[in-house]
Amino acid sequence: MEYLRVDSITKTFGGVVALNDVSFSIAEGALLGIIGPNGCGKTTLVNVITGFLKPNSGRVIYRGENITRLRPSKIANKGVGRTFQMVKPFYRLPAYKNLVIPLSSPKVKEMGEHFGDKDSLALDILEDIGFERDSRVPFQPASVLPHGYLKRLEMARVMALQSDLILFDELYSGLSLAEVASMTPLIQRLSSAGKTIIMIEHRLKELFRIADSVLVMDQGRVIAQGSSKAIMKNEEVQKAYLGIELKR
Amino acid sequence: MKERRRKERIDRGIKAVTDDIYCLSSLREIAYLVLPRVLPVIGLLLLIFLVPLYWKKVLVITFIMAIMAISWDFLSSCGLISLGQALFFAVGAYLAGGMNYYLGFPVYLTLPLATLFGGALSTMLIFPALRLRGMYFSMITLIIPLMLMRVVEATKIFGGTEGLSALSSLPGLYSSIGLSMLALFATLFGLRRLVASDYGLIFVALKDNDRAVEASGLNTLWFKVQAIYIGSAICAFCGAFMTHYYMNVGMSAFALDLSIFPIASCVVGGMGTLAGPLLGALILGPLSEALRSFGTFRIVIYSALMVVFIAGLPEGIFPYLRRKYEQTERWI
Amino acid sequence: MLVYGFINSLILALIALGFSMTFGISRVANFAHGAFYVLGGLLTWLFLRKAGMPYFVAAILAVLIMGILGALMYRFLLQRLRGLELSEVIATFAVGLMILELMRCFGVMGFQYRLPAFVRGSVSVFGTYVGIQRLIIVGAGLVLLILLYLFVHHTKLGLAFRGVAQDDHTAYTVGINPDKVSMLSLTLGAMIVSLAAILILPLGTISVDDGYDILLKSLAVCIIGGLESTLGVLVASFILGYAEILTVMYISASLSMVVPLLCMLIILLIRPSGLFGKYKELEERI
Repeated sequence: MEYLRVDSITKTFGGVVALNDVSFSIAEGALLGIIGPNGCGKTTLVNVITGFLKPNSGRVIYRGENITRLRPSKIANKGVGRTFQMVKPFYRLPAYKNLVIPLSSPKVKEMGEHFGDKDSLALDILEDIGFERDSRVPFQPASVLPHGYLKRLEMARVMALQSDLILFDELYSGLSLAEVASMTPLIQRLSSAGKTIIMIEHRLKELFRIADSVLVMDQGRVIAQGSSKAIMKNEEVQKAYLGIELKR
Repeated sequence: MKERRRKERIDRGIKAVTDDIYCLSSLREIAYLVLPRVLPVIGLLLLIFLVPLYWKKVLVITFIMAIMAISWDFLSSCGLISLGQALFFAVGAYLAGGMNYYLGFPVYLTLPLATLFGGALSTMLIFPALRLRGMYFSMITLIIPLMLMRVVEATKIFGGTEGLSALSSLPGLYSSIGLSMLALFATLFGLRRLVASDYGLIFVALKDNDRAVEASGLNTLWFKVQAIYIGSAICAFCGAFMTHYYMNVGMSAFALDLSIFPIASCVVGGMGTLAGPLLGALILGPLSEALRSFGTFRIVIYSALMVVFIAGLPEGIFPYLRRKYEQTERWI
Repeated sequence: MLVYGFINSLILALIALGFSMTFGISRVANFAHGAFYVLGGLLTWLFLRKAGMPYFVAAILAVLIMGILGALMYRFLLQRLRGLELSEVIATFAVGLMILELMRCFGVMGFQYRLPAFVRGSVSVFGTYVGIQRLIIVGAGLVLLILLYLFVHHTKLGLAFRGVAQDDHTAYTVGINPDKVSMLSLTLGAMIVSLAAILILPLGTISVDDGYDILLKSLAVCIIGGLESTLGVLVASFILGYAEILTVMYISASLSMVVPLLCMLIILLIRPSGLFGKYKELEERI
């Protein structure tokens, strides 16, 4: 059974067609990359899948259940986590308290009392993610953290939620090569733990290294889907990105 | 070698790791923390006893207005900036007045009932607006009381322009003072505790990024409802109290003044801190009373103060004072 | 009835125009709008009655002074608060409140405070008798609208205005000083609304309470029509104008203020950006 299936999703805003009959599916435990030029509808797609936008037509089926019309918080509680492209942490709260919020969700509460105290759990997750232990950093208000840390915090947020399907929306944007290199193993660890991951990215090289398959979008439509190698050779994809075909 | 003295912040030995985790090892250090919280309580208690009768009455009203200011501050910390606190006040006022007038309920029944049901009713009224974000929500809070006021005026329900009068009063001045002060401290310290707890964190997070809260599996609409309920129930209490204090309720319950005073208190005293509005109310309340003889000139003073503070000291007095307190240094 | 509705609509449009311009150009919601209206009228009255100036001169002087006042308000107050929406609203509202209540204290009330009509007499339009003053208002309103449209869309300054409205940081980088432009937008807004006051006040008296009503009506028109669109202001004025007249004629005169409020409520619940506003689904609701 497909873990997640997106079925003929169409979404328009006024006169603009943001998503045009988009369909694809993903198996459990897979890592799917979604790429495409800016404005092709990737974030809109994530918003539709996670319930922040309702499509004009089409369905989103998660683990056999139609989640299209559900509230985003309900969808999150079913196991779908997402990061936001524009990183906005809970500024006034200390970094570790940012994680206490997802840890207070019904889903996590349900998962067990054996998890223990939320504060220490939050600190553990932060340590996993790369915040130095025994330092002041986890306790600083999120407003003072630099960009790289904020991105990790975003990631920590979905980890705190114990999501099974995670959608990363341009997680690598604004990060240096070294920072990307240090975050990739974290994603791989999530994947080997059995989580299903969808990554929207512009950093193609890094994405192709870890993705099982890649979906390419342009102007609201899916124009190609397959392994990273096949995608790179695909002429339509090249045209969409570069404007011309590469003659090899 | 001559010993040279240097200045050191008093709280240097106390603050561990971050600004809100303290490490106390002596009575003096405990006093440093506890004093600013205890002093106002003692101060206000003293004030009540020392002040002449006329001003005692002023204090009661000031306390009530302070409660409204604090509730406004709470709501705005949750991202729900309401330009119409008068609505919640009026709902509570009319509920208490109505129950007393039409049903004959005594004061000790109307007050709690008006608080609980006033909160519920206000929440229901505001509910459709809760799904809207930011500015749009604020506009609706502005419009609804203005509209309701004119509807009451035009349709003459609940006594129309004159309102309901000859309602039961509170038993005596001192119980009024006591009740209002009790409510004030309950609100102030209660809300502060709430906001610091894990439950309260969610409200604060709502303001910073409500979509992230939603994506973290928490139903933001439900939490906004809870926030509004708490805020409006508090204001409904104020309305109910005032109804019985003045023994009547009328269109003045919708007055613009009631929506503005909390905001002015927060501007002067400091938004977001819950104690700031108390300070602001304590300044503006007696001030406006002292200027009562000038009639509507009071509003000119309020607004002038608001303008001065917003441009000159936007953070408000309380944060400024707190900063200075924390930065006090001593010679060692 | 149709004719009265038309006139009422144009009156609304004139009133709301100043507010819409200021907001559309620099995203400053000038909540002192109502106060400026009444003050503009009062200044004209003062120059006319107390200083004995000819009408024309009094009017021009008043409009200019209001323009300067608008600019000053921006320069000394709003410039510090740019970007903090709530503070801007509070600040402008406080200024408006100050002005209005100060006027109330000085006793601006009563029949002596009226501006004379430009021309007396009435004329029959489509079968209804209409005062010529009202016709002048309609005419002036239309002319003003056209002029403003041309200005904003076809002159360099107008273009600069629109640039700042969309993104003031970028405007900086192309050499436009957003502060100057915002200051000018307040000047423009204040001048337009004073002009509107001079045209409309002769229909009644100068009264302080009008100030609040004016603010609410302008807000209503702008919200219903969409905060960034001049066409929206026009359409919304017509909708509201007719709705008001209908209510007054067929339901009850005292409910007339409820109309703009109710319409605002409805629009905010259904389509918050207004009829012609830029529809941003994610920004509106969650």
